[in-house]
Amino acid sequence: MELRIDQTSVDRCRALSGSIVAPVEAFIAAHSTVSVERAVLRLLGLDGVGRDEIPVPNVVVESLATPVLARGIALAIGKMVAETGLNPAQAGAAIAAGELDLAQFGATPDEAARAALAPHVEAGMRRLRERRAERGERLERLKQLPPPLLYVIVASGNIYEDRTAAVAAVEAGAQIIAVIRSTGQSLLDFVPYGATTEGFGGTYATQENFRIMRAALDEASERAGRYVMLTNYASGLCMPEIAALAAVERLDMLLNDSMYGILFRDINMKRTFVDQHFSRTLNAYSGIIINTGEDNYLTTADAVDQAPAVLASQFINEEFAHRAGMPDRQIGLGDAYEIDPGLEDGFLFQVAQAQLTRQVFPDAPLKYMPPTKHMTGDVFKGHLIDALFNLTSVMTGQTIHLCGMLTEAIHTPFLGDRALSIDNARYVMNTARHFGDEIVVKPGGTIEKRAASVLAGCEVLLERVASIGLMEAIEGAFFADVKRSPDGGRGADGVFARAPGYLNPFEDALRAELTVPA
Amino acid sequence: MTQGVKPYGDTMNDGKMQLSFTLPIEWNEAADEAARQLAVNMGLVDVQVVEGRKIATGFSFFVLYASTPHSVDVDNVKASPARAHAMSMEEVDAFVAENVGRKIRVAGACIGTDAHTVGIDAILNMKGYKGDYGLERYHWFEAFNLGSQVAAEDLVRFTKEKDVDAILASQIVTQKGSDVKNFTELVELLEAEGLRDRVVLVCGGPRVTGLLAAELGYDAGFGRGTLPSEVAAFIAVTLAERLRRSGSQLFA
Repeated sequence: MELRIDQTSVDRCRALSGSIVAPVEAFIAAHSTVSVERAVLRLLGLDGVGRDEIPVPNVVVESLATPVLARGIALAIGKMVAETGLNPAQAGAAIAAGELDLAQFGATPDEAARAALAPHVEAGMRRLRERRAERGERLERLKQLPPPLLYVIVASGNIYEDRTAAVAAVEAGAQIIAVIRSTGQSLLDFVPYGATTEGFGGTYATQENFRIMRAALDEASERAGRYVMLTNYASGLCMPEIAALAAVERLDMLLNDSMYGILFRDINMKRTFVDQHFSRTLNAYSGIIINTGEDNYLTTADAVDQAPAVLASQFINEEFAHRAGMPDRQIGLGDAYEIDPGLEDGFLFQVAQAQLTRQVFPDAPLKYMPPTKHMTGDVFKGHLIDALFNLTSVMTGQTIHLCGMLTEAIHTPFLGDRALSIDNARYVMNTARHFGDEIVVKPGGTIEKRAASVLAGCEVLLERVASIGLMEAIEGAFFADVKRSPDGGRGADGVFARAPGYLNPFEDALRAELTVPA
Repeated sequence: MTQGVKPYGDTMNDGKMQLSFTLPIEWNEAADEAARQLAVNMGLVDVQVVEGRKIATGFSFFVLYASTPHSVDVDNVKASPARAHAMSMEEVDAFVAENVGRKIRVAGACIGTDAHTVGIDAILNMKGYKGDYGLERYHWFEAFNLGSQVAAEDLVRFTKEKDVDAILASQIVTQKGSDVKNFTELVELLEAEGLRDRVVLVCGGPRVTGLLAAELGYDAGFGRGTLPSEVAAFIAVTLAERLRRSGSQLFA
């Protein structure tokens, strides 16, 4: 099916997004954050925890005074490596053990630091390349089924139970497994360490949890004869670090939104903008597909009213991703099926929005989220609403399909719920596989008119945002009716201006290899 | 003596019900029989396993129909009084003006680690839910929405500082009883601070029932589908009643 849409308006929306994001990018280029610096350390091989279970990267970053940190943690570690002959991981361990003080090597020339660090930077980059190549080889050998790719969550709070659930879901037909993260983690200013066996609302995103699930899915992939992707969550206070860990453990997707943390977690906007940039640069090079969080606009407010805001956010997310060197095929823009089921012709509106998104972002692996807001304890009706969501997805060619659960709003999915949900999606998508190809949208009909009005509303919104600036627009509650000030929110104190001579060797190496629009 | 009530399939007192569950066993015909016997062990009769199949290695899913020999005496069942006072926004405002005579201060939050504000937002935000305006819109309420992941200590501190009359604690997502733990923690803290009797304490969320609320020591609990005006009416009536009682004590 094909909607007639106003391509001039689409082009104008892209141009507006460019002018909205450009000033923010200038801010990003002049700043860094504690989480960006900790990600640099992780890429250099620092790991583990020191006293009081504080992660080594946190200990090292916190050991420097801000004026020194402002030149980049890499420079400081480089100096220590040059002086001591330790490798960066050993240097980190020595600092965490209190044996050496990072600040004592300040007198070493910058050039010596850069030279000492160079082989370790190359080793870090090589590790990212190897993991990416490994994914490519597996995808070649273990072909995925055609999209929509069925995506289910596991959320027991125990990574070992999650593993059982994930393997069962793969057998039922799941192609992507997302390990739900403990609800509080987005607000932690460190990445917890080790395996989680007792989490609330999920498990922590830790390197060990990533490793456990990756190993289980690799085995399940071999048995199923198709590659199963692994997803976790980066959004929050540690986006860059989680991007680094995910790259190393070969995750395939990460939830990574340029504004979600600001609007829905009250994380400082400057912190989020700087963090999302470096994390996406890493994701781009690692071949990780990002999933953006536009579904949140729909779950917190009326889905019909918010449609233009969703499209506007997709344009802005796309622009930020392009600026971080991401190709379209890695930009999993979000949308959701959240219109009130009681609304007459609501299904037509859903189809209009989904198809509009498909055509506006033809090469993006769109992420389609299931109904949640209007799901009740009536599991029978819920299963039926999910079926229409499945139909919309296959008709409009969505790529990443989050399977709706009949027990949504009751509990985190049971093993049996997941199986029923996957069955539902497989039935609908098989029986209606090429339905979308057979349909001609009635010119001037409800679907076409709805799509046109969403696009027009989006253009108006983007114009308003462009006229005052993105940070000011967020302060003025333009998005999701949420008001955030540029210096308010969590994590603001972790943002600092880069001093002359600032060094982030990974940023330099990544930018040299990625295509970033001028 | 009242006649007990049984589930209704297509004939009075046939006791028909459906159930479905997963067993952690490989599926085969013996697995169907295992599911049937499990239902028999539950006290069900005429058990039919209408669907049994493998859903994963080592896991089987079943759908059953059966009859229960039990009944329930509905005349002796007590329900939550929380929704007993149906009033519109205008009626609630008029009631507060007359019976309280000042704005009622309400603080709401998603407590603990829960980040899902859909419930508390539906009740408090101006827009409300299903065309029923939220408490922020009421003239005689002053509503504070503290948002998500609010620690019980912070909510109690806020209650003290702002002299809050009513607290709404919300829990949407739960896991292994985290919602009950968080609700309990809040009550205990309020009691420790000597504030419990000064506030109208309300909990809400998809699994909350009047019975659970009473068990936890809350004044009321509101489950799925609750309208803001139902919560507003409950708070207004309860607070007015308390003021009347404490007032009459003064004059006694």
